[in-house]
Amino acid sequence: MLEIQTPETIMFWILAPVSVLAALGMLLVKKAVHSALLLAWVMVTLAIFYIAQGALFLGIVQIVVYTGAVMMLFLFILMLVGVDASDSLTETISGLRPIAITAAVGFGGLFVSLIGRATIGHKPYGLEFANSNGNVEGLAKELFSTYVWPFEVISALLVTAALGAMVLAHHQRTIARPSQREQSIARFRTGSLAGAAGLPSPGVFARHNAVDVPALLPDGTAAPTSISATLKARGDMLESQSFELSEVDNTVTEEK
Amino acid sequence: MSPYNYLYVAGLLFTIGAVGVVVRRNAIVVFMCIELMLNAANLTLVTFSRINGTLDGQIVAFFTMVVAACEVVVGLAIIVAIYRSRRSASIDDASLLKR
Repeated sequence: MLEIQTPETIMFWILAPVSVLAALGMLLVKKAVHSALLLAWVMVTLAIFYIAQGALFLGIVQIVVYTGAVMMLFLFILMLVGVDASDSLTETISGLRPIAITAAVGFGGLFVSLIGRATIGHKPYGLEFANSNGNVEGLAKELFSTYVWPFEVISALLVTAALGAMVLAHHQRTIARPSQREQSIARFRTGSLAGAAGLPSPGVFARHNAVDVPALLPDGTAAPTSISATLKARGDMLESQSFELSEVDNTVTEEK
Repeated sequence: MSPYNYLYVAGLLFTIGAVGVVVRRNAIVVFMCIELMLNAANLTLVTFSRINGTLDGQIVAFFTMVVAACEVVVGLAIIVAIYRSRRSASIDDASLLKR
């Protein structure tokens, strides 16, 4: 019969609500990066739960594999796909959200009542006997005796997954890469000669020479092509009008 | 407190993950919700391992972690491949077979 000590109870009642709240926040936040950070937090709390439940090896593996490798992979892909590609929270299928929430409440209720029914009168054992030689030693004994065949199969799965990722990432060109000369000819053959010399560089000369301000064309209008599309999508672009002579405070204060 | 409380947490996390898969549109967020569901399943396995006093549940949870790692590798490669061809990571945009 298992007796749970007070420290674990306190740990549970602090971390369990926090992890559930973080998981809920994962659904509600708009940016994918924030979702990833909240998921990393949920995974760290789960690792603490594993260690508290006598699964020391799994707790370490959870931190190393999940919060280390898997979440890093997620963040890499987020950077690749574009951090600015934030999710629109509008429903595309009408009535999907109420149905999903109703189904979730039903499923959750069923799950909770099922656990409640299944555990009445059942006495938990605890891992003291199984972990008596150490958790890692016990796991190794099981893994390399009873579960050695699944272990081999799972190594084949890992190799297959690595190969599959390589096949998916492989990109075969259907047309040859255009050479610099061909690109230059194509630029000159377009309708106007405006783009032939390349795109304008950002910044208003002698006023604000940073990459977030569009350059001014000779007629005084801003050139939107001089700004990186990512900056524009993120809304980090400044108006070049705010750096005009009449707008800028150019009174010289004298130091005493 | 009894260790069964961990099972309730796992059930809640699994339900939240399932809702996320249905409700969210960004393919990467959907994928993260699947990871959350797998993690919740792992928590039940570890808890059952403790309740029954054997290490089999922990072994299966270990296998689940390996499978989840494989799944992330292939799934993210698919997302990147789709993003490269359609310039979008929204799962609603990948509906070519519908029309």
